[in-house]
Amino acid sequence: MNTEILGVILMFATVVALAIPLGRYIGKVFNYENTWFDSIFNPLDQLFFKLGGINPTKEMNWKQHLVALLIINVVWFVLAMLVLTNMSWLPLNPDQNPSMSADLAFNTSVSFVTNTNLQHYSGESGISYFGQLILMLWQFISAGTGIAICAVVFVAMKERTADTLGNFYSFFVRSCTRILLPISLVVATLLAFNGMPMTFEGKDTITTLQGDTVQVSRGPIAAFVAIKHLGTNGGGFFGANSAHPLENPSYFTNIVEMVTQMIIPIAMIFALGFVIKRRKLSWMIFGVMTIGFLLLTIPTIISEMEGNPAIANMGIAQNMGSMEGKEVRFGSTASAYWSIATTVISTGSINSMHDSFTPLSGMNQMLAMMVNAFYGGCGVGMLNFYIYIILAVFISGLMVGRTPEFLGKKVEAKEMKIAMIIALLHPFLILVGTTLATSLPNLTAASLSNPGFHGFSQILYEFTSSSANNGSGFEGLGDNTPFWNIACGLVMLLGRYLPIIGPVAIAGILAGKKYIPESNGTLKTDTPTFGLMVFAVIAIIAALAFFPALTLGPIAEYFSMPK
Amino acid sequence: MKNNIISAIRLTLVCLVFFCGIYTLAVYGISKLAPESMSFAKTKAGYYENVGQSFTNDKYFYSRPSAVAYNAAGSGGSNKGPSNPNYLAEVQARIDSFLVHNPGVQKEDIPSDLVTASGSGLDPNISVQGAKVQVKRIASIRNMNESTIHQLIEQQTEKPLLGLFGTEKINVLKLNLALDILN
Repeated sequence: MNTEILGVILMFATVVALAIPLGRYIGKVFNYENTWFDSIFNPLDQLFFKLGGINPTKEMNWKQHLVALLIINVVWFVLAMLVLTNMSWLPLNPDQNPSMSADLAFNTSVSFVTNTNLQHYSGESGISYFGQLILMLWQFISAGTGIAICAVVFVAMKERTADTLGNFYSFFVRSCTRILLPISLVVATLLAFNGMPMTFEGKDTITTLQGDTVQVSRGPIAAFVAIKHLGTNGGGFFGANSAHPLENPSYFTNIVEMVTQMIIPIAMIFALGFVIKRRKLSWMIFGVMTIGFLLLTIPTIISEMEGNPAIANMGIAQNMGSMEGKEVRFGSTASAYWSIATTVISTGSINSMHDSFTPLSGMNQMLAMMVNAFYGGCGVGMLNFYIYIILAVFISGLMVGRTPEFLGKKVEAKEMKIAMIIALLHPFLILVGTTLATSLPNLTAASLSNPGFHGFSQILYEFTSSSANNGSGFEGLGDNTPFWNIACGLVMLLGRYLPIIGPVAIAGILAGKKYIPESNGTLKTDTPTFGLMVFAVIAIIAALAFFPALTLGPIAEYFSMPK
Repeated sequence: MKNNIISAIRLTLVCLVFFCGIYTLAVYGISKLAPESMSFAKTKAGYYENVGQSFTNDKYFYSRPSAVAYNAAGSGGSNKGPSNPNYLAEVQARIDSFLVHNPGVQKEDIPSDLVTASGSGLDPNISVQGAKVQVKRIASIRNMNESTIHQLIEQQTEKPLLGLFGTEKINVLKLNLALDILN
């Protein structure tokens, strides 16, 4: 078999093999069970709580959890704005990069605090090392937020009736110190030992073999890239993100970065089974997500390996596949695989330029973000999937004529209303945003780098990526203008916090209800049949809501190209 | 509410010290332990082997087209869509120019990586076919045996990881340095 395909299989097999034991470990962290590393982490956590003035044993109900989450996120946003608009005179700025304008700082602050990492600047020229380190802080703590709030929902799903669901700060600190920090250290070490820079020196000037004088940007990259992937953040240190030879030097580092970005989203699935003691439910969820992932990945790999038909018409060899925007050291197969992995989970880092992919690959990348729950981001992927489960429970309950129940709790009108609002929010933000942008051509037309259908795809992709908190882009879009900075910033805010509030509210309300033990009449939710039902709900929501928009963009482009 | 705000600010400051400061310094310290062959460093000649360089002179193997002209002060791809007519015209022009500079080469032997821009604009590699198709030109300009150059390409070919995973490739800078030593 072809070595490029073997590489992709290796990446997927490795991440699943590592995610299952990690899921067990995360489950133990959420359940406050003993783990091997307690002797290090217990004192460390105590230090965090003491310095933070927090009582980690104070129980919170679901509303208090959300208040704590939202307040700390506001603090982060304010701090990010302060740093990004004052970088020019702050320390660690060897290249004398300027401060950000207010609208760009707004976009960037929102982008990193919401775990999106959409970037309307280039790392080489738009931010100081101090700014990069501050962004790295959000990469840790925004991921920690997602994991912590997901833990709250897991605890709410336990078989009991409860109003309080643990302490938010405690889950948050434990997620950061016990999950993100140790894995980041291991990954950063692997990367620094494989050719990735970790230096505070500024740009270097070299004379090339041919005699040109060029500059080479450097920086503390290894530390940054580790958490960028582990936290499904995806914001690049450099403009070219993980396509840059210093941000992803070899095929080996490509494997490391790929495994790192997928490991927590997959581990969270297994953590759920461990926390609520229903392993079969985890396997059902894993099955649905994996089938969805493969259905998007395989056609993309095939399409990229075949190459661009318009270039095939010119009569040259495309043995390596479509190579525009791709690096030779990764090849088209690993690039295609990465492009879907980074869009199903909400990383948004790239190792090739999505803008230059063949039309149907671009469509699959967008579909991955439109569903946003095949694995999904750190913690929040499970929250999105939870909404789909609630919808499927309700629909299948109606189909068999029983009261809809999920894990022993009755799902009633109030929960359904919340679930529907959240399910419809994502298409609403994407489609309204795209409509707005296309109807204001004097603000947006100049920012498109491609004419026709592909230009429309660039707009659609930008809003999809913002609403899914993904952060990748069809990067030809000249998006550092007040319109794009503010519009995308608002979409990212709504696309982050409402889909957190909704599932937490549903889970919190359900947790307070009476627990009904399983009987013969209970609809089983850990079976393949129910998995199929969830899949159908996802397909219907994504297909019906987004098909018209996709037809105008990538599908039209596909049919306009030579065969 | 007030308690939440104070806790949030204090906890944020602790995180700042820990995840920006201590974590970064720890990784910085660990990176110093990496042996020179594995870490990021300049070669004796003053190059970064991993960062691609522009080679447009006919006596060297060409590197791939680049959207940033191989100036690593920045990075990026062309971001041209697959159906963009200007982009396709550009690729056609690259093919035509390659055929002019490489007499005797058939169009169907040109691999796509030589006429398309990479994602970073700094790709240090070309495909093996991308090197082979340039042998005729180099041999005639440098008055060398074609078979000597083919041997050099053979030596410089980097196999897939463990021989099993990923692509086969050639580092253009290393190949050209080796070529200069031979001739």
